Amino acid sequence: MDSAFVIEKFILVAVIFGISLVIAMYSTYAERKVAAYLQDRLGPDRAGPFGILQPLADGIKMFMKEEIIPTSSNRFLFIAGPGLALLCACIGTAVIPWGSPVLIAGKTIPLQVSDINVGVLYIFGVVSLGVYGVMIGGWASNNKYSLLSAIRAASQNISYEIAMGLSIIALLLMTNTLSLKEIVGQQHGLNWNVWYQPLGFLIFMVCSFAETNRAPFDLPECETELIGGYHTEYSSMKLGFYLFAEYINMFVSSAVMAALYWGGYNYPGMDYVAAHLGPTWAPLIGTAVFFGKIVMFIFFFMWVRWTIPRFRYDQLMNLGWKGLIPLAIANIIITGVVIAIIEKF
Amino acid sequence: MSTQVFYFVATLSIIFSLLVIFAKNPIHSVLYLILTFFTFTVHYVLLNAQFLAVVNFIVYMGAIMVLFLFVLMLLNLNNETEPSKSPLIKIVGVIAGGCLVVTLIGSLKSASITSPLILKNPSLGLVENLGKELFGPFLLPFELSSLLLLAAMVGAVLLSKRDEVEA
Repeated sequence: MDSAFVIEKFILVAVIFGISLVIAMYSTYAERKVAAYLQDRLGPDRAGPFGILQPLADGIKMFMKEEIIPTSSNRFLFIAGPGLALLCACIGTAVIPWGSPVLIAGKTIPLQVSDINVGVLYIFGVVSLGVYGVMIGGWASNNKYSLLSAIRAASQNISYEIAMGLSIIALLLMTNTLSLKEIVGQQHGLNWNVWYQPLGFLIFMVCSFAETNRAPFDLPECETELIGGYHTEYSSMKLGFYLFAEYINMFVSSAVMAALYWGGYNYPGMDYVAAHLGPTWAPLIGTAVFFGKIVMFIFFFMWVRWTIPRFRYDQLMNLGWKGLIPLAIANIIITGVVIAIIEKF
Repeated sequence: MSTQVFYFVATLSIIFSLLVIFAKNPIHSVLYLILTFFTFTVHYVLLNAQFLAVVNFIVYMGAIMVLFLFVLMLLNLNNETEPSKSPLIKIVGVIAGGCLVVTLIGSLKSASITSPLILKNPSLGLVENLGKELFGPFLLPFELSSLLLLAAMVGAVLLSKRDEVEA
């Protein structure tokens, strides 16, 4: 392990971490702007031109607010909860290939922190770990509403993880690999997986809405029933961590959807661009395309939030167990049969 | 390097396992158990069994322990609600524990340090090789165990549905 490798990875991690935070910050602004647009309002427009400094103002407000730890709470776990939530949200970015290898100063640098050969499963592991932040925080608050919300979050996550895992199996049958780098590499040009797995993508997308606790599945923070949900007792930056974790989760799951199903950094005409711009700029354009797709998905998350009302809890469970899981299993069987027929003839 | 990491992680495993037993609060016990499972995941990675590591991570840490935590949070056990144990139970516990210690010492006395096992194929734990093994020579046991799991699942659903049928 030479030092150049370590420095290269360190810079990459720092850049990705910074980008995640900035995107999460501006997602809060975008959410309010999108909501305003959909409801025919103006949205935040006071801080800076078009209200562009609003996230900074909100951040400063979060830092300056009084730190309140309830006396009857479990102090250590109360603080560990939001930290864990943010940590789990951030480490998912490690296996996502942000672009094809780029040539900088005569050195080819892969734009992926780590290409482990179980990359897809790693993402699942991180997703399943994410619920601990909510559970621990909700329990340590020693508030019945927080606890109810934590329990909702846990059962929702476990239920939808199953459908998510099953929907991805159909994709893996086609790609024959668990490495995200290879999965993205196979979708060269416009050969995207979504054309072959539309149903799988639909199931995966619905499940990622549930996994990130986004509307219409944001039952853990259903304010009409649970006050504020699992972060009722939180104030100041600890609340900020929970909100930030939700936006980073949204960013990461958008990136995963774009990489698994929508071709990642591939786009039609990329060979032409690669031939004309050389190995330094062409991959960076691919990365820009990838981020464009991610932004589209984030916009979609927000669009759905302001369009579809929140589900009732039994509707959520019915959809997960009786709707999505049988559909995902049917999808696996159909995919398997079709692959067997194609290989035979 | 790898040996040092092993000893470090193994120490952590033992410490966390002990904390699982000694923690007063059942929720803390479960959280320590999660940490113990995490150290097991690191052990699997050190053994180059990536698939096993990730599955241990997803299934044990991510699903089973969430359910444990779930149930314990609903039960809300704490010192005030816990019934005080009678001295008889304590005596029985001491005797049973003593028997276990004697058995363990007896079985460990004859044990000797074995030479480290060298795998013929160090990449056996990778997904591809594991899949080929499972779906090749071990296909029948694999399918049978899946049937067993299915039977258990149907049984669990049946048990939870019984009230509805009677009512």
